[in-house]
Amino acid sequence: MAELIAKSPCAGLLPLTVGGLTLSEETPAAMTSVAPYQGQMDVLSAAMKASHGMGFPAPGRSTGKAGNRAIWFSRDMALLMGPAADASLADHAALTDQSDGWAVVRLEGEQAAEVLARLTPADLRPSVFKRGHTARSEVAHMMGSITKVGESAFVVMVFRSMAQTLVHDLKTAMEAVAARG
Amino acid sequence: MRVPGKGLYEGGPSVSFTFNGRPMMGLEGDTLASALLANDVHLVARSFKYHRPRGILTAGSEEPNALVTVGSGAEQDPNTRATVQELFDGLEARSQNCWPTVEHDVMAVNDLAAPFLGAGFYYKTFMWPAAFWEKLYEPMIRRAAGLGALSGAADPDLYEKAYAHCDLLVIGSGPAGLMTALVAGRAGADVILAEEDSRMGGRMLAETEEVDGQPAHLWAEGVIAELEAMGNVRLMARTSVAGAYDQGTYAALEKVGHHRLRQPGLPRECFWRIAAKQAVLAAGAIERPVAFRNNDRPGIMAAGAVRAYLNRWGVAPGQNVTVFANNDDAHRTARDLTEAGVHVAALIDSRHDAPGSDLFKVIKGGQVCNASGRKRVESITVRSVAGEEKIQTDCLAMSGGWNPSVHLACHQNGRPAWDRDSAAFLPVVGMVPGLSYAGACNGTFSTAGALREGVEAARAALAELGIKAPDVDVPQAQDDPYRITALWAVPGKGRAWLDFQNDVSVKDVQQAATENFRSVEHMKRYTTQGMATDQGKNSNVAALAVLADATGRGIAETGTTTFRPPFSPVSIGAMGAGATDMGFKPQRFLTSHGVAEERGAQQLEVGLWYRAGYFPKPGETNWRQSCDREVTMVREAVGVCDVSTLGKIDIQGPDAAKLLDFVYTGMFSTLKEGRVRYGLMLREDGFIMDDGTTARLGKTHYVMTTTTAAAGQVMAHLEFVLQALRPEWDVRIASATEHWAQFAVAGPKARALLNGLLDSQIDSASFPFMGCGEMSVMGVKGRLFRISFSGEEGYEIAVPARYGDSLFRTLTARAEALGGGLYGMEALNVLRIEKGFITHAEINGTVTMHDLGMEKMLSTKKEFIGKSLAQRPGLTDPMREGLVGLKPVGAVKQLSSGAHLFSQGDPVERVYDQGYVTSVGFSPTLGHMIGLGFLKNGQARIGEHIRMVDHMRGLDAVCEVVNPVFFDPEGGRLRG
Repeated sequence: MAELIAKSPCAGLLPLTVGGLTLSEETPAAMTSVAPYQGQMDVLSAAMKASHGMGFPAPGRSTGKAGNRAIWFSRDMALLMGPAADASLADHAALTDQSDGWAVVRLEGEQAAEVLARLTPADLRPSVFKRGHTARSEVAHMMGSITKVGESAFVVMVFRSMAQTLVHDLKTAMEAVAARG
Repeated sequence: MRVPGKGLYEGGPSVSFTFNGRPMMGLEGDTLASALLANDVHLVARSFKYHRPRGILTAGSEEPNALVTVGSGAEQDPNTRATVQELFDGLEARSQNCWPTVEHDVMAVNDLAAPFLGAGFYYKTFMWPAAFWEKLYEPMIRRAAGLGALSGAADPDLYEKAYAHCDLLVIGSGPAGLMTALVAGRAGADVILAEEDSRMGGRMLAETEEVDGQPAHLWAEGVIAELEAMGNVRLMARTSVAGAYDQGTYAALEKVGHHRLRQPGLPRECFWRIAAKQAVLAAGAIERPVAFRNNDRPGIMAAGAVRAYLNRWGVAPGQNVTVFANNDDAHRTARDLTEAGVHVAALIDSRHDAPGSDLFKVIKGGQVCNASGRKRVESITVRSVAGEEKIQTDCLAMSGGWNPSVHLACHQNGRPAWDRDSAAFLPVVGMVPGLSYAGACNGTFSTAGALREGVEAARAALAELGIKAPDVDVPQAQDDPYRITALWAVPGKGRAWLDFQNDVSVKDVQQAATENFRSVEHMKRYTTQGMATDQGKNSNVAALAVLADATGRGIAETGTTTFRPPFSPVSIGAMGAGATDMGFKPQRFLTSHGVAEERGAQQLEVGLWYRAGYFPKPGETNWRQSCDREVTMVREAVGVCDVSTLGKIDIQGPDAAKLLDFVYTGMFSTLKEGRVRYGLMLREDGFIMDDGTTARLGKTHYVMTTTTAAAGQVMAHLEFVLQALRPEWDVRIASATEHWAQFAVAGPKARALLNGLLDSQIDSASFPFMGCGEMSVMGVKGRLFRISFSGEEGYEIAVPARYGDSLFRTLTARAEALGGGLYGMEALNVLRIEKGFITHAEINGTVTMHDLGMEKMLSTKKEFIGKSLAQRPGLTDPMREGLVGLKPVGAVKQLSSGAHLFSQGDPVERVYDQGYVTSVGFSPTLGHMIGLGFLKNGQARIGEHIRMVDHMRGLDAVCEVVNPVFFDPEGGRLRG
């Protein structure tokens, strides 16, 4: 039997480079929203630490590292990115597969925060938004998630269906920032 | 004319530009205004109403006169102030509001008719006949009066919007602003210093004075260099803060591309929204003219502007200058000019106690009462105790004092307070929360005072921020007192101009008062004083002073007009940046979008989604042919349609069933695992909010499907229920809409198609109608739901979206092999109307369960949202409009949605309205049009003939009222 062929949200759109800025797609193997049941937060966090090596992130924060990260995603919800969620977590939290629901891009370059300042009202100043910090905010009229993953690198996520708009708006902002020199 | 040895740009690179087609040279650092003055061009514009010759009045953004058009074609920028347009190589500027040239303007005839064209003239003269106003008078007046014109073509330029955040926003970079930024910067605060000028320094660039023993502009350069090196201070030149909004939000316009030739990708302007914890206004002050006869002649300028041209740009605006003032400050103009070797014919000071001078002649207690010379001032008439005397001059530098730039402080409707000593309106503490004032905008006019207040403002802001202030000494600088005796208008015959931009004279304001437009707001609207691009920056205070005098009130009592954003003009292009073309809203594309494009499908916008309307086949020339074919295909073989846009909400937890029972009208706690149930949910007020199905995937695991339109609304509703109404319930929800690509497969051959893809076969017994479960689809873990929106045996198959494109292609090929194929929204709509299935066309927010004939689904066994209010008599009245089917039975075979229904024989008038049509389509299954609609007491009227009228489409049809389920009412087909 023929096989179904997988396609990433930004297939054919990325990567791209403008000046010193690069935009590329990230394709975590799995993404799972993890929402602890009542009173289960601490147990869940311990279970996450045991099975994935990182606890449940506080609001606006992420835990873990590249390829194995949990980012705060909304009220009492984190998004586990990278590993498939360990089945034991389901005892303490509602797990929902979001692996294909989000377009995930990485914006990198010295002026990355300048680019994002054109798309989001979130305060991304280095003194305020440090490595590992994350925010749910507007990204050019889209409901997005922004995580700082390096000194000048951010992971930006919007719904998969909006990948084209995301890339377009990021590219326009990158060009405008680069054109200023 | 350049003055050797003067100016900050002397010896720098030269720049070529054209003005009205004439090639000219200037220096890098020049504004268009300074370059024109250096080229001895004084006549640059014609006035708004009377087409009077006008020159350059000021050296800043407040310029009312010298408006020019820069560039040409679609890229032209009208109403550019020559005083803020930086010179660059290749700049093309021209005069506007004149024909054929600014030198010889035919419309200048208006000036001769001035006695008839005073304030209020239009209102009184062009009243009759009424129809003439719009057709004749207004276009005529608009053509004669006006500013520059837009090109009429779409603006090809790029604009951008951006956000910035800081601890402290400093507005203005004069001595006060620089000092504030310096202290706060050294303290380590995050500072944004915004300056509308291209170069920071404010008046320090325009004066010959010292700060801490060095020339002021060099001291400023040193501070700016220190700020630049700090890393926590962001310097934003060419950035005009336009408005002060709630919670420390400020709007600002940054000019990015106006000072250079266009480059691809470079925006013209950036519209900033700056969120600041604290802000300091250090916006300086604007010098005001004195009203006297012919005070608008080219060559008559603000005294401070004359100094700026001389000291900053090395340009003398005249060779034989006179000065007219009511304050000490303007004496510096005469002093600076004399020291630079420019002849000052006389300084006329209206005060008898004015200081004298050894350098130039001072006429104390004198007033300039007239000027002559049409295209450039040639002489002035001075009235003093000695009588009237004429003085030859080619430039008059005038000063009626300074108006502190309090605008931003007043943007939240605070009113400034009149200060008699400085004859100025001053900001009042606390008008905008978190905003304080320093320097001239606060009425502190000396440089030393501004530096001191800058330090104080920074200390106060740092205290608010909880940051320790460093010890900073206030630099030494001139601390002369600001001595002034108010003088607004010189009495006399003729027109003495107050508002240069709108051609409003002292007489006009007096006329307004005479006609009882005594309130300053009424006077403004009657005379148009203070309108247009400069918003009366030069003229407001003088105009209200004249009004106060004319009405016998004090200035404080008369008050100011309302200050509104923007402080200076902001282009609509900048505010709408990114929203042109498809940038207006995000686009959401399905995983099947590629296939739809390849097949030439017409896309329909459904909210933000793009969905295929229909898939044309070769030979099909209109949508109806495609739609009919697709409907028949589903009824006879099998069709495939992308339904991924429907909202999918994952619901898990011990109390999941309680939540479903609480939001749906029907019972869901009895739903068995592996089964799906249809439900409707109500708003709190008892009207229907949405409908959809919910599937039970596991013991405490459900997935709710919403309509496409209400996906967000339902998610928010559930969040509200869980956060506010039932926080004790242990249930978690998550949107999973985008994770799944979900396709409807419907028709008699649907199961056959699916069995070719599923890794384990299904049959009607193992997978009955309203069944669901996880399925392996070509080796991929997916979900299958047996639900139908078409009335055929129907399934929805879901796989993770990464496989959406691939599965859709496979389904398409397999369906086509079975004599079926793709169907789009048009066919989907016809199929569901044939079955009487509702969409948001029917549940439009005004419809109840009773209206749909679904009142039996209001469970009596449990509580649910909207239950009580749904039972109100007004919502259950049988005479409400109820859902019916409609089919045409008269000569006209058309139906249209939006049409209204009338009983036969009744007049077609609103009061006889019996209902309306919500959805229509041509049913190839039945061979005629069918429709759904709402009709008063509808269910009781089945069989009745009714009249359908659509005035918009010109339709008038007789219809039979029928059961809303047109096809297979028993549902045998969908049960298979």
